[in-house]
Amino acid sequence: MHETALSLPVVLPEAVLALGTLLLVLYGALRGERAYSVVTEISVALLGIVFLIVVWKSRPMGITFYGAFADDPFTRFMSGLAVIGSLVTLLLSLDFMRSERIAGFEFPVLILLSTLGMLMLISANDFIALYLGLELMSLALYVIAAYRRHDLRATEAGLKYFVLGALSSGMLLYGASLIYGYSGSVNFNDVATAVHDHRSMGVLFGLVFVLSGLAFKISAVPFHMWTPDVYEGAPTPVTTFFASAPKIAAMAVLVRVAFTAFPGIAGDWRQILTFVSIASMALGAFAAIGQTNIKRLMAYSSIGHMGFALVGLAAGTVEGAQSVIVYMSIYVIMTLGTFAAILSMRRDGKAVETIADLAGLARTDSLMAFFLATMMFSLAGVPPLAGFFAKFYVFAAAIKADLYGLAIIGVLASAVGAYYYLRIVKLMYFDEPVRPFDRPDVIARSVLAVAATLVIVFLFAPSLLTNAAMAAAQTLF
Amino acid sequence: MSGSWILSSLLILPLIGAAFILMLPGDTEAAKRNARWIALFATLLTFVLSLVAWGRFDPSQSGFQMIEEHDWFSHAILYKLGVDGVSMPFVLLTTLLMPISIVASWGIENRVKAYMVAFLALETLMIGVFEALDLVLFYLFFEGGLIPMFLIIGIWGHGNRVYAAFKFFLYTFTGSVLMLLAIMYMYWTAGTTDITVLLKTAFDPKVQIWLWLAFFASFAVKMPMWPVHTWLPDAHVEAPTAGSVILAAILLKMGGYGFIRFSLPMFPDASLYFTPLVYAMSVIAIVYTSLVALAQENMKKLIAYSSVAHMGFVTMGIFSGNAQGVQGAVYLMISHGLVAGALFLCVGVLYDRTHSLAIASYGGIVQRMPLYAVAFMVFTMANVGLPGTSGFVGEFLTLVGAFQSNTWVAFFATTGVILSAAYALYLYRRVVFGVIEKSNLKAIADLSPREIATLLPLGLLVLYYGVHPQPIIDASSASLDVILRTFEQAVTATKTAGL
Repeated sequence: MHETALSLPVVLPEAVLALGTLLLVLYGALRGERAYSVVTEISVALLGIVFLIVVWKSRPMGITFYGAFADDPFTRFMSGLAVIGSLVTLLLSLDFMRSERIAGFEFPVLILLSTLGMLMLISANDFIALYLGLELMSLALYVIAAYRRHDLRATEAGLKYFVLGALSSGMLLYGASLIYGYSGSVNFNDVATAVHDHRSMGVLFGLVFVLSGLAFKISAVPFHMWTPDVYEGAPTPVTTFFASAPKIAAMAVLVRVAFTAFPGIAGDWRQILTFVSIASMALGAFAAIGQTNIKRLMAYSSIGHMGFALVGLAAGTVEGAQSVIVYMSIYVIMTLGTFAAILSMRRDGKAVETIADLAGLARTDSLMAFFLATMMFSLAGVPPLAGFFAKFYVFAAAIKADLYGLAIIGVLASAVGAYYYLRIVKLMYFDEPVRPFDRPDVIARSVLAVAATLVIVFLFAPSLLTNAAMAAAQTLF
Repeated sequence: MSGSWILSSLLILPLIGAAFILMLPGDTEAAKRNARWIALFATLLTFVLSLVAWGRFDPSQSGFQMIEEHDWFSHAILYKLGVDGVSMPFVLLTTLLMPISIVASWGIENRVKAYMVAFLALETLMIGVFEALDLVLFYLFFEGGLIPMFLIIGIWGHGNRVYAAFKFFLYTFTGSVLMLLAIMYMYWTAGTTDITVLLKTAFDPKVQIWLWLAFFASFAVKMPMWPVHTWLPDAHVEAPTAGSVILAAILLKMGGYGFIRFSLPMFPDASLYFTPLVYAMSVIAIVYTSLVALAQENMKKLIAYSSVAHMGFVTMGIFSGNAQGVQGAVYLMISHGLVAGALFLCVGVLYDRTHSLAIASYGGIVQRMPLYAVAFMVFTMANVGLPGTSGFVGEFLTLVGAFQSNTWVAFFATTGVILSAAYALYLYRRVVFGVIEKSNLKAIADLSPREIATLLPLGLLVLYYGVHPQPIIDASSASLDVILRTFEQAVTATKTAGL
């Protein structure tokens, strides 16, 4: 791929997004609080345009800004996925923010800024760009975590996330500077060349710090502590956002750093990721069993799912990279669908969040119960739903890389995890109904329906996704 | 190859029926009635179509027939269907029992549409298990069946249904995930999951041990073999009548089918190595669960334990590794499908009238229900394995097979035949004979025409295959010869190495 000093077509999505966001800030500042709906709708349209630019085939690929910024099939795939996550989150937030009376034009703008950070993060090809992207993404996230600023739980969640997030950013930056010091470069490709020749203790330390910082962002054990509190405390659309787009971006950069910057010491990072993966899968499976709040349950569920995705990365092969991409794609569909259902859980105009509120849903709203049950079976990894194929790919990659222990622990963790997903199905289908929910929002209902349909029909054309994922994965090797 | 659409149609037809039912508006009496009729029509049509497939089936061929093949994903995992002499009878058993189950569920009033959709989806998945010629596809059908069955037990079951549904799901799911890893290993080794290719792939004997164990974990739970059988009595007791019928008649057979289709021919060395283990577990299952059955006070639980004992005969027959034993196992599975299905229908008949499963709440019903007493007698005798019923042929052949390979195993298993007579006749005596003492039994009605319609075909088949076993044996013998070939080579190789 050719390297240039500045190539506008390569950074076109980021440029369009940045410009659009700034204009929306201006517009919002002039119009004030009333601007919320308009700004959100324009933001959705803007993200739609950015998505089209990202996946626009005839746009040239390349490395630009003297190697800081890489646009390749992998970037495009993961960016597209992250943009979809942000776009659907914004759509889902419309109704919720209005009925909770926390609607302000800052919310969509912050989501856009965070998405801009994600796009930069995903295309980062050196540690400076990585750090800039990560910070832009995170700063917006800290603010929206505490978006309901009169609510004690939300401010606690925001503060907790900020303090821990700042710590992890510091660790990442320290790691990056160590790597720079010992390898003489911040560019991933140059680091790879330098590290390939000799493996020094300093680089290893740097690697550990960088991996820790990124593990924090994908909420992998042992850097997961913030997740349950933030998921529970933040407003539900914010939780939806936390669970989808930033996870994709952070996972993408983790994959890129691992494969492009440190292929020479793959044995070392595979060992670390194997541990992180096992710990995440186990914690996700066991800690979720006792949860009663559905957002908290989904927090542990997402920790477990990151563990499963890391199984593919720990394999350290091209099949492994492919499986991570497949896993994240299916994960984001299941997560958005599930949160669309959670957003529909409203009674007397108030959001309800305990899983007991779902009791008997099959009688009061059979369609929603069916869709949510589909999501639950898919999250549990039961065939023939998409969640099964996601797990199939990561474990197949692990088996090919001879990681039998990891694979066995992983499938057993998925069997344990099946219990709490089934518990939600049980509540909806086997128990006596409580009062029905309010009439669900059309958007949330549609998102849930589309997600459930995708999860079901995936088995008829899995190659569409897996081939694209393979093409994206191959660019890293 | 001609008729290449027929196996896919068997999978699609029930789903079309389910789609029609989903489109029925409302929850009115008319919608319920329509749902029942559509389900019955769809399952009957599937049955007729499976008879057409049976007509086209050539039993003299040993390989797979009516093969359909499409690329599915990664160019190595296929949508490939086909049947041979082992799977064809199971497909027919499934399609036969489905309309019977639908008729037996005519009295369900609660959420009829969802009930019928769950059963139709289950039918597709069960037929798929027996037709799949790709391991991943097989796994998909094998595990997919858990979802509708979980809902059937949990929604329409009675009493402790939630516990039973969870136990059923988690036991079988945990057992199966290890098989999935084995499938992946085979995929990377052979480069495909096409079963016809894998059957010709020779795996290293050391690797075979692990692959065999992984498959065993799945099939032993599904079978179920002692000591992982405990989910079955719970699931049977709490499931609705038709759920018990399908569970006993078809879902349990997937384990035995898996042993014959995969474990024996693909891992012959490991199968030989583990034969003593399987024998021990089979004999314990036969003797121990028969004794447990003797002590049961609940009719469904008694039949459930008797199922575990009969499946002990099946595993014993399969791992005897000779033609009689494996043939007997296939025969016994088909026969048990008919007999156990019918016995659960018989229990359901009583349950519908009195809402009790306890043996103690019956007695002397022969005076009010003579037709029922005759039907129940036929199936009880078939369950015992009386000559002249299909149960005899299967048990006899498995015992002959086991006798050739290990006399002591056959000796202990034979005591199971006596025990089965004891518990089955004891049940029959306590329920049917004696004097009517309970007031609610004084006016109990005999079999209705609808109930006769469910029991009569099963009764006729049980008696027919009891005196004329040749059709099933002819259909499967050619295919079984092929399946046993690799196992016999392994036996010979071990013998020569030993000398």
